[in-house]
Order: sequence, then C-alpha cells, then structure tokens
Amino acid sequence: MPMSLYYNVGAESDLGTPAPDPGAATVSLKIDGIPIAVPGGASVLRAAALAGVGVPKLCATEDLAAFGSCRLCLVEIEGRKGYPASCTTLVEAGMEVRTQTPRLAELRRNVMELYISDHPLDCLTCSANGDCELQDMAGAVGLREVRYGYEGANHLDKPKDQSAPYFAFDPAKCIVCSRCVRACEEQQGTYALTIGGRGFASEVMASQNEPFAASECVSCGACVKACPTATLMEKSVVAHGQPERAVITTCAYCGVGCSFRAELQGDRLVRMVPDRNGKANHGHSCVKGRFAFGYATHKDRVTSPMIRDSIDQPWRKVGWAQAIDTAAQRLRGIQERWGRKAIGGVTSSRCTNEEVYVVQKFVRAALGNNNVDTCARVCHSPTGYGLKTTLGESAGTQNFDSVMQTDVILLVGANPTEAHPVFASLMKRRLSQGAQLIVVDPRAIDLVDSPHVRAQFHLQLKPGTNVAVINALAHTVIDEGLEDEAFIRSRCEWDAYQTWRAFISEPRNSPEALAEAIGAPAAQLRAAARLYAKAGNAAIYYGLGVTEHSQGSTMVLGIANLAMATGNLGREGVGVNPLRGQNNVQGACDMGSFPHEFSGYRHLSDAVVRGKFEADWGVQLDPKPGYRIPNMFDAAIAGEFKGLYVQGEDFAQSDPDTQHIYAALSAMECVIVQDLFLNETAKFAHIFLPGCSFLEKDGTFTNAERRISPVRKVMAPLTGLDEWRITCRLSTAMGYPMDYRHPSEIMDEIARLTPNFQGLSYELLNEVGSVQWPCNAAAPEGTPLMHVQEFVRGKGYFAPTPYVPTEERSTARYPLLLTTGRVLSQYNVGAQTRRTEAVAYHREDRLEMHPADAEVRGIVDGSWVGVKSRAGETVLRAKVTDRVQPGVLYTTFHHPESGANVITTDNSDWATNCPEYKVTAVQAYPVSKPSEWQEMFRRFAVKQERLAAPVAAGGAGASLAPAATGRKEGLETAKAES
Amino acid sequence: MTVAAGKLVRMAEQITANLAHTDDYGIVSAKVADHLNRFWDPRMRQALLEYAGREANSLSPALRMALPQLRDGGE
Repeated sequence: MPMSLYYNVGAESDLGTPAPDPGAATVSLKIDGIPIAVPGGASVLRAAALAGVGVPKLCATEDLAAFGSCRLCLVEIEGRKGYPASCTTLVEAGMEVRTQTPRLAELRRNVMELYISDHPLDCLTCSANGDCELQDMAGAVGLREVRYGYEGANHLDKPKDQSAPYFAFDPAKCIVCSRCVRACEEQQGTYALTIGGRGFASEVMASQNEPFAASECVSCGACVKACPTATLMEKSVVAHGQPERAVITTCAYCGVGCSFRAELQGDRLVRMVPDRNGKANHGHSCVKGRFAFGYATHKDRVTSPMIRDSIDQPWRKVGWAQAIDTAAQRLRGIQERWGRKAIGGVTSSRCTNEEVYVVQKFVRAALGNNNVDTCARVCHSPTGYGLKTTLGESAGTQNFDSVMQTDVILLVGANPTEAHPVFASLMKRRLSQGAQLIVVDPRAIDLVDSPHVRAQFHLQLKPGTNVAVINALAHTVIDEGLEDEAFIRSRCEWDAYQTWRAFISEPRNSPEALAEAIGAPAAQLRAAARLYAKAGNAAIYYGLGVTEHSQGSTMVLGIANLAMATGNLGREGVGVNPLRGQNNVQGACDMGSFPHEFSGYRHLSDAVVRGKFEADWGVQLDPKPGYRIPNMFDAAIAGEFKGLYVQGEDFAQSDPDTQHIYAALSAMECVIVQDLFLNETAKFAHIFLPGCSFLEKDGTFTNAERRISPVRKVMAPLTGLDEWRITCRLSTAMGYPMDYRHPSEIMDEIARLTPNFQGLSYELLNEVGSVQWPCNAAAPEGTPLMHVQEFVRGKGYFAPTPYVPTEERSTARYPLLLTTGRVLSQYNVGAQTRRTEAVAYHREDRLEMHPADAEVRGIVDGSWVGVKSRAGETVLRAKVTDRVQPGVLYTTFHHPESGANVITTDNSDWATNCPEYKVTAVQAYPVSKPSEWQEMFRRFAVKQERLAAPVAAGGAGASLAPAATGRKEGLETAKAES
Repeated sequence: MTVAAGKLVRMAEQITANLAHTDDYGIVSAKVADHLNRFWDPRMRQALLEYAGREANSLSPALRMALPQLRDGGE
C-alpha cells in the first residue's frame, strides 16, 4: 500500500494522563461496572479512557503530568470518602469506580457554571469553535444556566496579545487550567510562562508579564497545543477555521525528524501539530516545524521549468519536456567535448531518501562516473569517516529516548536548544532530573546556564582545539586508571588499543601540556574526564562544532575512542550521537551519495557489492571514486569540470569561500539547479527545474537516530511533476531509462541492494510508523541501539588521534577567530525560513564580539563592523556580548547578503574535505558602508532579478531578491548617518 | 588539468600529518597511501604523482614514501 494523498487519520485521542513507566505489574479494577486491567501507576482517568469511559476533564491531558486543578474529573470510589479527582488518583487492585452519579453530575455542573460565568459567550464566532474542550465539557455536563449572571467582576475585557508571529493570546478566554504553563515547563523546558496573582486575579503571564514576543517564549507551540480553549490559538486557525482532515508526515527541518499531523482544509495546510505517537518527538515541536511552513506556498516559488544559454540572459519559461531535453542535450554535449567525467551531480539532505537515491544512481549509471556528492560533505562527512573507522557504521549509536537513562552528558560543539530544539527539550528534562552536563564549546550556549539546567563544566576552548580536549580527557582516563578494561578486552581490538594507549599516554597529550592551547585549566579538564568516566551511563552528543574543522575526522575518532575506553557503548543511556543538521543528512549519506561508496557505506572497489549493483542496474560501473564537491569546484576553475546537476543545494550561500564558489560556478558550461526557489546558486544556473516542498512528496527521511519516517503528500506538486520523476526523466533522456511508478518501488530497490534496509518497505512504515535501521531479518522492526553484542565491524578499533593544530590561526594581521552557528528561528541558508513569519525573530545576522574586543576597536553594540579574512571581507552589525570569549567572534549565516561565507576559507578536514567553517582568522574594524563584495552581491542580485522578470510577468512568480530581510534598509540608514 | 597541484599537495600533507601518530614512516606512509587510494579521484592521484615527479624534495618524507603505493595513477 503506497503512502498517498489520501492517507488521512482521525482526531488524536487523549487518555488524560501520561502512560506510566513500563514494566509495572497489571492492576485490575472496575469502572462503572466494566472490568479493566491496566499497568500499575496509571491514573483512574486513564484507566477509564482505556475502558472506553469518558470522564469530563479540562486541566488533564495525556501530554502532561496530572495536576488536579479543574475539579471536573471527580469520581466516586467504593469505600472512600469524598470525590477524588480521577487524574491524580492512581489505580489500585479491586477498585470500584463510579464516574456518573447524580452527585457527580451536580458537582461538575457547578464547576462548569463557575467557569462559564467568567467566559465570553461568543462560541459561534470563536476561533476554537469546533475544537473547544470548554464547549465540549459544558455540553457533557449539561450546563443550561449560569445562576451567577455575567455582570460581576470578570476578565472579559483583557486585551489580546497578538505580538507573537504565529499565535494569539486572548486572556479573556483563559480558564487558568495551567496546561500552557505546564507544557512550557514539562515539554519544552523553557519556563517562560507562569500563573501570576492569586485567586480571582490569577492569570497566565509570559516572563514578567510581557508580550509573548518580548518574553522568553521560544514559540514551540506546546502551550498552544495544550490550551483547551481559544486562549492560545494558531493565527492560521483564526484566519481559516478548523481543519477537516489530517495526514501524518515528517518535518523537513532539522535532524530530529519530528512527526507531525499536517491538518488541512482540502489542499490548504491550516496547521502542523506535533504527533503524540511520533517516536522522535513524542508530541513536541519547535517554532520551525510547528509554524514555519508558509514558504511552501510563498510567492517566490518557481513552478515552471526555465532555461537560458548564459547567466547574462533572461530566463525563458519552458515546458517539462523541453527543459529535460535541453538538460540532457547539454550534459551529453559536454561529455562528448570534455569527456565522460567532466560532469557530475550533488544530492540534497533536504530531499527524500528516494529522491537522493535516484540522483546518485543517475550519476553512476547514466553519466557513467562517480562524481556524486552530497551536502553532508560540508557538515557531517567526518562523522561517516570517524564512526565507520572505529565502530564500523557511519551513524549514531542510540535512539533519542536513550538520553533519559543517561547520568552524564558530554555535549561537544552542538547547541541543541537552537539547532535541535525538540531533542534539547528531552535533554533538559533529563538534566532537570539530575543528570550532569559537560559542555565543550567556545561560546556560552544556553545549556551552560538556563532555568533548571546548569553545566557542571563548561570547557570554553579556543576554536580549533577540539582534538586537544578529547586527547586530554582520554589521557586522564588512562593516566588515572578510569578505563573499563573488561569492556575493552571483550569488545575491542587489543593490539590497536595498546598502540592507542601508548600514544594517548604520551606527555604531549596530557591536560597539563594542552591546557594553554585549549584555554581551559588542566584541573578542569581532569575533573571533567573523571565525571564522564565515572558516570555509570555517560553519553556523548556532538554537532558541527566537532566536524567542521580541519581535524573534524580526528575529533570523531577521538570521541569514539573515549566512549570505547570507558565502556560507554552498546546499551541504553550511553553512546556516541551526532546531531545532524538537516532532516535527511543521515539518509542522504545512507543512500550512496558519497563519491567513493554505494548505499549502506560500501566501497566502490568491493567487487561483490559492485557486481550486485551492476546486475540490478544493468550497466557497468566505475570502481574508482569520483570528485567531492570541493574537488568539483577546483576542477571547474582548472577548466576540467563543466557541468553539474544540483538537487536542492545552495553552494553560493552555504559553502565556504564564496568568491571561489562564484568563480567555479561561473566557469561551468551547464549548471542545472533543482530547487523550490531561484536561490543564490540559481543565479549561476542555465537550467532551472522547479522542485517540490515536503508537503508535495511521498517518500522517507532518516533522522539523526537512524529513524526512517514517512513523508506523505498532503497536496499535489505545484510544479506538476514529482522530484524523483524529474531525475528519472532526465536519466531516460540521457539513454538510461528509469521508470519507477511510485517512490515505494525505489525503496524496494534500496532494500533489495542494501543489507541494512533489507526489511524495509512502505507497508512496514505504514504499519509501525517509523523504523530505525538496520532493519532486516535479524531486526524486523529496526534497531534502536547499535553495537549491543558486538560492534558492526566486529571488534572496536582505537585510532590514534594526533593533535595537529589548524593552519588557520590568529596572526598580527588577523588576530581574532571567527566561528559560526545557527539560531532557533532560522534554518541553514534561510531559503525556507526567510520566507516565513520567522524573520520577525531574526531579521539579520549579527556579529557577536566580546566587550573587550569591541572597546579597543571603537565598536559599540549595533554598529557596523567590517570583518576581513584572507578569503574576503564583509560587513555585519555588532552584538557586543560576553557569551563569546575575548579573541573570538561568532555569527550566523542565514541571510545571503551577510556574506558570512565570503570570509570562511578553503581549509578543510584532512580526511573528508569538510570545510573548516568553525575557525577563520579575521580582523574586525568599524565601517560606515557595505563591503565591496556586498556591493557586488547587490548589483548581481538586482541584475538577476531583472533577468527573471519576464518569467514573473508570465506568471511563474520568480523573484531573486533575498527574501524578507531588514538588512538593506539598515545598511542604507548606516550610510546616510555617516 | 585537475585540482591545482598546490592544493593537492596541501591536502596530502594534511592527511599525512593527521595520520602521523608515530615516527615510523613505514606505518604512516601505508596509511596515507590507503587513504588516497580509497578516497581520491584517480585524476587527483595522478596530478599528485606528476607534481612529485618534478618537486619530490618539497614533500614530507612519509608522503614521499606513500607515493609508490598509489594505485592506478591515471587512466
């Protein structure tokens, strides 16, 4: 059964209180005479719901701990006095519960009468009409009159707060059930909401009674989902009304891969609501996945294919047949003139597994070379290399839920509250229960010190010294006898361990020797190592602050070594966990996107594996690796690489050393861009093939915990053609037919050719929701934890990790080190999020600078700062803050005109060429006008916008202006002021 | 002509430095050669060999020792 447009699901049920901890003995009781057996620890309310008995409730929901405030779920229990709240009363053996008696009906009616005496009676015009629990309960208890009248003191005149971009707060409709406050605490862990005042004056407040937009609220939407009335309501529901159908799908933002109910009216997406049954997110969400979907129907979407002969010419709108024939002819022409290997393709981590798979197949089988790479090249390629080398598999070892069994979290180069917010909430929940935290980061990220979370150690290293830190930690473990020798002997290669042990024990790897380079005291490094090694269950989580360095791969090796040496692998609560930046980084890598390997990380030189692909694909395959992305660009500049098929990737903004990228793209004869928008790279393109948003696709994404989740079409492609079909038609036009009828057939082929996916099918996904690979005969429903009995490679391999400092270091000319990262509300190059209301949160990229560095340069908060590296120069506005240490600058890269990557250099990870985004030596100085590059960028953008104009006039709606930004005006103001 | 020789040499020397946990050039050069054979496009290996033919003395000893172990220099 294919996943399809019509995979609709019913309303989400709510059992009233959370499921008790698993493993409790079953308890038997009777509810209204109905016998039921439930796990011990369940509430009476939950037991009733499981028995099919609905007990009225308002403050209770399955997503939150029982609270017992609304007094509506009262019941009578045989042998007990009074009327206990069923939500806070746990089941006991032999209980006899009555949920409907005349006395209970009277009590409930009285309660509802009080609520309604202070509630607007505008039900017919209320945004919650059709989905209001208060309305439902008034009906359930049979409320017919309010004896108190409506004239007394009330809250009906309280003004609405419309300040948040995505939801409205109408305190007049609030019943003070505290669900929003509890959701903010329990689900999100931000503690932005509270109940202020007492008694009748009690009211929900954001921060210190501030408007939502000015408060600490992060717009995760948990409070909106929890609210039983119209008090907190999505503005999209206010505008359009209640959705009438829902489709379960998977978010297309970060690597957490949250499951959502896309709720629709016909083809109009009204809202995205996190799915309680989602195994990655358990009903939670962040601002992006929950609300930032407007880009899918933004006016900038290009929906018709376009072609042009050179980038100086206007775009011409053409039909699909002409676009595909033109693309095929030009690619074939290049191969005839410049050779089979003069072209290649790049797959996208934002596309589905199936779309990625057909692109790499197209390159290998139709183009006849291995010049295929994926955007993971510039983020997590060192993870693939490092974990494959040490553990045998290029993936994280745990599921997300494993963190709830962790005693100590070692968080390295990751900022989950901004970049992986839903997992961050789970992590915060565990930390607030008492787990301890070590943060390794040059910058004071939120988790270092936030409500109910404080890191035991913040190793505030200098950028570029990760390997020194991991070596110092590992040295301490060996030096102080904290290793788990039994684990090492039984699970790891003993000879390799001895080599590593001798290496790591050398004095050059001691905390004392490395402390100065790191910039953290040796005693702190030793104490952190002890905390990790003695934890019991210690888990490492890491992000791009590990991989995007010249020694990114060494650091991944070092992380795996440390976990093996302390026995922290192969069970719940431990492990090595890369947090993936984009929704399908893991999947794009799994699908064989790297130039040296087939799906499932199997090298091209393996004749047996290659033979299977050759037999299945009916074509002979090249056994030698092709170019990686940076190699393609270098070869283009050298005049040897002439054509590129780009699936959903924006090198011209996201890749380092922008001017080098511009030169490379300009040097090619045929650049084909397949994307939602005419992005920065499309300005250099000759053929534009419009792609689809995740709402228009059937397929799968694989998240950071190896979880393969279904992506389901909720609307037809606006372009008229599925993305996987574009690739298949291009391949067919080039003489290698690909004729799948549905993405499920592509997945069947992946399963047929990839041992880790052998048991996977759309039928299975429809049945169980999602599956973590490996999924095969040995693990028919997937593998939450890896390396349990033995490592995938057999014995774990300790790889020595010499600390080789980066060549990118501060000098007299470039005395500061720039590092980069993300903010919560924006996503990567911002192509999607800049085209949503989320711009309200982050209109420009700012340059964070320590007060000491700012002062000596005469820079004040908000002033324009020139930033120059050996690669280039740009201008950003200063944010003076002590979150960064002296000598370190930090910025984000969500807006193209910021030019963050104009300054990053071509230095890269030694093993994988992953760019060193995280360390650039720079100088900073006050300026009054944009940089030369920014002037050039603006001229080029204006010109390209003009070249797209005829198409826009023809109705395709193309716009090349960087979306939704306050920057342009800002810069001009700065100039005027100067 | 493929990736500029200067860049290839820089990359190859970075690979060598990061695999050089010991002074034993025999061990290090074998690892370097294996890495280049597994991950580099043959055109890049060929260009590196051509460069080494002209400027062998400018390369580090371990990298020099790795070069004869490279497979299929060109096509």
